[in-house]
Amino acid sequence: MKKEITFTLNNEKINIEADPKWTLLYVLREVLEMTGTKEGCGYGECGACTVIIDGQAVNSCLYPVMEAEGRSIVTIEGLMAKNGELDPIQKAFVDEGAVQCGFCIPGMIMSAKALLDRKPKPTDEEIKESIEGNLCRCTGYVKIIDAIKSVGGGR
Amino acid sequence: MGSFEYYKPESVAEAMALMEGSGGKGVYISGGTDVMVLIRQRKLSPGCLISLRNVRDLDYVDTSSGLAVGSAVTHNAIAKNDLIQKRYTALSDAASKVGSLQIRNVATMGGNICNAAPSADTACPLLVLDASVVIAGKSGERAVPIDEFFLGPNKVALGPGEIVKGFAMPAFSEKTGSAYIKHTRRQAMDLPMLGVAARVTIRIDGNEIGCRDALCTIDNISNVLKRFEDEKLVCEDARIALGVVAPRPMRAKKAETALKGKVISEGLFEEIGEIAASECQPRDSIRGEAWYRRDMVRVLTKRAILRAVDRVIRPDDTIWPERLW
Repeated sequence: MKKEITFTLNNEKINIEADPKWTLLYVLREVLEMTGTKEGCGYGECGACTVIIDGQAVNSCLYPVMEAEGRSIVTIEGLMAKNGELDPIQKAFVDEGAVQCGFCIPGMIMSAKALLDRKPKPTDEEIKESIEGNLCRCTGYVKIIDAIKSVGGGR
Repeated sequence: MGSFEYYKPESVAEAMALMEGSGGKGVYISGGTDVMVLIRQRKLSPGCLISLRNVRDLDYVDTSSGLAVGSAVTHNAIAKNDLIQKRYTALSDAASKVGSLQIRNVATMGGNICNAAPSADTACPLLVLDASVVIAGKSGERAVPIDEFFLGPNKVALGPGEIVKGFAMPAFSEKTGSAYIKHTRRQAMDLPMLGVAARVTIRIDGNEIGCRDALCTIDNISNVLKRFEDEKLVCEDARIALGVVAPRPMRAKKAETALKGKVISEGLFEEIGEIAASECQPRDSIRGEAWYRRDMVRVLTKRAILRAVDRVIRPDDTIWPERLW
């Protein structure tokens, strides 16, 4: 029943055999063993599994992997440079102390990246809208919002 | 979870042929934010999934006469569309409040309507915007008024294998305003405990609106309306729709009749709210008790009408800050 599909993952062409019932999240974590993307609820409520597909933040737990065919997907693993240097968004999260337990952070950063790629200097409202689908149970969001704001140069 | 095939047809005809070939076991999937959850909860075990995401004929926004929106248009695309924001504001209000940004990027309006949850956010705006549902079937296309499309909770007037192509709405003049209010406990990722949509078309008897200067204010619409008491702003046409308070999204027809042809005042809207509250049939649920929902229908109907009126007489969004509500 498995089918061969091709898509771009973090700027690399990937070719895998996928079962049509798999979600994109399952393929990322269990097949490709890229466990940076987290599974929280599995129902699209928490946003821990957020990845960027063709420039838009999407819950990968609800995304059938068959739909990934031919699309460009970016995960948290795609942000760090080859020499190990962190992405400015990752750096900002560290500098602002936005990370506590860290489970929601990959999703938060991908949501933030989707926003900042589209709009380098977002307003507070836009930041809140961009992470409205990401649940954090530790920090209360304030430092996360500060971190995203600081990337755009606004404090 | 059993295994299944996943088809990606590129035309409506191809999708319907696949559905016929599946022997009644196929399920259409578009954004997948409902279907994938049901599969995971084991409430649905499809023989095959037929994806409508790659069907080009379903992904269109046509504004040449009125508004025609394809069923595979995502909520985010609707919320960000300029014309919809301006002339079909209730629809962009609703589309921008569905789920979260991640959900809105993939979830489609066709899916929201065909699931026919009593709480579907885009249902109330379609009801007040006189939408009709364009349905493709084996024997060709037909159009069904949205009010006749909802049959009950999760039941719609779709035959086996039929596909909703899109939604058509008439053109409205700039004397028409609409609004949708979603009543929730938190601002995102929540189903409404109540949804109210209103549309009003206003006729101005006598002169055009006189005191334009008075409109350039961030004052509450209630205070602005008081300045118009001498002028005759007449409600020419009205629609009110309520979500969650009945087995299906409903029109508050008695309230609409009571509003039509009357001179606009806040006191009138107060009465309309009471009529709408008496018309609905809310029930107790985990999201809210019946008495509370009924009382909020009264309050929010008034607010939705006020907001729709406001959008006609003060069309510029910059003098219309959200926080006053």
